[in-house]
Amino acid sequence: MCLAIPGKVESIELMYENTVRMARVSFGGIIKQASLEMLPQAEVGDYVLVHVGVAISKVDEEEAHKVFEYLREAGELDELNH
Amino acid sequence: MQYVTEYRDADIVHGYLARIRSIVTKPWTIMEVCGGQTHSLVKHGLLDILPPEITIVHGPGCPVCVTPQSLINQAVSLAIDHQVILCSFGDMLRVPGSKMSLLEAKARGADVRILYSPLEAVEIAKKFPDKQVVFFAVGFETTAPANALSVLHAHRAGLQNYSILTAHVLVPPAIRAIMDDPHTRVNGFLAAGHVCTIMGNSEYYPIADEYKIPLVVTGFEPVDLMQGLYLTIQQLEDGKAEVINQYSRVVKEEGNPDARAVIEKVFEVSHRNWRGIGVIPRSGYAVKEEFALYDAEKKFGLVAQEQENETGCIAGSILKGLKKPKDCPHFGKTCTPLNPLGAPMVSTEGACAAYYHFSGIAE
Repeated sequence: MCLAIPGKVESIELMYENTVRMARVSFGGIIKQASLEMLPQAEVGDYVLVHVGVAISKVDEEEAHKVFEYLREAGELDELNH
Repeated sequence: MQYVTEYRDADIVHGYLARIRSIVTKPWTIMEVCGGQTHSLVKHGLLDILPPEITIVHGPGCPVCVTPQSLINQAVSLAIDHQVILCSFGDMLRVPGSKMSLLEAKARGADVRILYSPLEAVEIAKKFPDKQVVFFAVGFETTAPANALSVLHAHRAGLQNYSILTAHVLVPPAIRAIMDDPHTRVNGFLAAGHVCTIMGNSEYYPIADEYKIPLVVTGFEPVDLMQGLYLTIQQLEDGKAEVINQYSRVVKEEGNPDARAVIEKVFEVSHRNWRGIGVIPRSGYAVKEEFALYDAEKKFGLVAQEQENETGCIAGSILKGLKKPKDCPHFGKTCTPLNPLGAPMVSTEGACAAYYHFSGIAE
């Protein structure tokens, strides 16, 4: 139920009598609309996490690599300890 | 797909698995409280490759599974007796009510529609001004902003024919209820990444302190889950009980304040009855009085009948992590996804359905 998928903002337009910023978001080529009301800073080109038609977070590029770096560092530390 | 594919890399998963194997010395029981994580753990076979010391139990993290039968009955009554256009996420449709499920109501001619987003329900209400449209608003903190937003969209458009039937539940009170159970065997938690995307991490520090348990905010892909488990087990082996954010590419420490503002505008914290567990104080959301016009329970004068049908389903013990699906005598025999005795066998995120679909039993 809490499934949310990262996708790339392709374009942004104003909808609902110009009150809501709506994004066209590409999920590996499949385009869905998502409200940007909870992510006012989102811009075209950003990767955003979309849940039930609403963008809830911007994916942080720098943090995204940490999961891989952490493993490498943990392995190196382990080798030092042996 | 960027930010998806690389987190399914088998070598990285095995890298973290090797780290886990190298540090684990004692038996530990770890619970996740998110149906998406349950589904991913089982689907990707992660439970089968963990060392025997580690037991994963699956908490009340599937909103469909914890929605009480009385609310299903109210939704069925709205569709059949009040003849509204009843909109819902797909998972709710097959959950058995006392008399019937929403799918059976649809088969009898009720206008029941499956939607991807509550915002679509508002558009349906605009299109059919002569009909009442109700969205069955289930979910955890992740879904609350979107459901609240639908009320604000309807309010802004001046709609009189849109309302929501609210079944919102909250994760931290559920974690406390599990830890307060004297029979609990849970040593640590994977906290639900998308719930924390909205709420941030602050609610989890007092839980870690009070119950002396580690909580690791974790994502949903195999690499995320394996790193989350590693960070939990590492703390347990070191005697630590801290909150760590594994899912930092998405979860900010403060969560999403814009989303929380929308929740706080429309909802207030309320007591909730959890199917299989009972009433947990201050564990859900109800629509604020200011938006009563959009509260289906008030609008249609619905009354909750809390009595559950006795089916032999052991969902309560499973959701509290006391039992696993295969401990149930009905699992895969008299209880299957096509003929479910209880909700955890219905939703794709339910622990029983996940075990059923990916254990080979279906063949």
